Amino acid sequence: MPDVDEDTAQEPLRVSILRHGGHLVASFHSALDDGQLLRFRKELLDQIGRYRAQGVIIDVAALDVLDSFACHTLRALAQVARLRGAETVVVGIQPDVAFAMARLGSTLHPVLTALDLEAALDLLDHSDVPAGVDHSTW
Amino acid sequence: MNGTSGEIEESEDVAAQQSVADRPERPADQAELLPELVAHLQKNRSELRQEWTNRITDAHLLSAMTPHEVFSEVTSVYDNYVAVLETGSVVELREYARDLSERIIPRGVETHEVVGIVLLLRDVLARSLFEKYQDDFDLLTRVLDAYEPAANRIANTVAVSFVEERERVIREQADALRELSTPVLQVRERLLILPIIGVLDNARAHQLTDQLLRAIRKHRARVVVIDITGVADVDEPVANHLVQTVDASRLMGAGVIITGLSSEIAQTLVTIGVDLGKMNTVGDLQGGIEEAERLLGFKVIRTDDAGR
Repeated sequence: MPDVDEDTAQEPLRVSILRHGGHLVASFHSALDDGQLLRFRKELLDQIGRYRAQGVIIDVAALDVLDSFACHTLRALAQVARLRGAETVVVGIQPDVAFAMARLGSTLHPVLTALDLEAALDLLDHSDVPAGVDHSTW
Repeated sequence: MNGTSGEIEESEDVAAQQSVADRPERPADQAELLPELVAHLQKNRSELRQEWTNRITDAHLLSAMTPHEVFSEVTSVYDNYVAVLETGSVVELREYARDLSERIIPRGVETHEVVGIVLLLRDVLARSLFEKYQDDFDLLTRVLDAYEPAANRIANTVAVSFVEERERVIREQADALRELSTPVLQVRERLLILPIIGVLDNARAHQLTDQLLRAIRKHRARVVVIDITGVADVDEPVANHLVQTVDASRLMGAGVIITGLSSEIAQTLVTIGVDLGKMNTVGDLQGGIEEAERLLGFKVIRTDDAGR
């Protein structure tokens, strides 16, 4: 895994993390390099603890590529978040991106996915499925 | 095939432009003879045109068009033909030929007819040159040397333009057919159905995926029912593609229910080792829609009146 470089650490993070009710909403503004992804993960996990978030929504609508490292990071992040008590939903995957990921066999399993913010909030608020059970298979 | 004809056309184009630009450098013979030839053809326009029209009628070409239409097209083709001989540039002729093709293709005019009439004109004009120069064999040879390459180029240009136009029409129709072949329909809020009928080949499977993923976003769908009752069998790449489509839909937040799997397709899916836990399949479309409604929280109740 790449180390977080001192120089890149000074750059502003190209992800905004906003609070919405009991959830955190993280939006990617542009593609992140690996170092930025790791910084984002640390920042998000800090905030989950600080704000006692129950849900995390990660919006990737601005990304036209989700490579294997990004998928891996998102999966790992969701697992850590779950251990800290928050369910993660990835939203806004573009059609082309979704199909490219399916073709390459890179999945986000077991992370939940939803079409957009509204669907994700709906999923988090009305989820009668306990965390850890994959209900995206229906 | 396409590329080759394009190249031929391209090189002709260059040749045509060069001959326009470098007209003075044409062989002295041609430079002298072509204008004479053109003058001859212009002078005898009416008779030659009539002769040509008769030959077309005798050969039963262009039978889909009325005599009046044939006459007017014949006139413009003749004039264009002579103009090309005069200027050496096929650019205008090509445009005219495309335009003509656009008009006559819907009438059911075949390629052999178009090529046939141009070759007939070539013969009619050549015959008239024979008559004119029959006393001087040497001169006749030189006249034909000047005439033949130009005439061949014209025949080539017309035929290529016609075929290109035809191919364009076919491409357009194929596109339209593809668009129609995979409808994505919304039956309830957040519920799409995608009935597939006919042969599911690789190209169609790709197009299906593309349309489905876009429709999921457009209709904000949460459940999609793909009904493949009308598909008899698929090969392994297409089966794999279907599985990938299910995965991709799920990444976009929509669950997929597949209905109407034939036993052949079911066997193919098992053969390629699909993780069946990921596939939600229901026997028929009705069952699939009912399952989807259940997932979305719809409940369909029959009123008492309607039951009677």
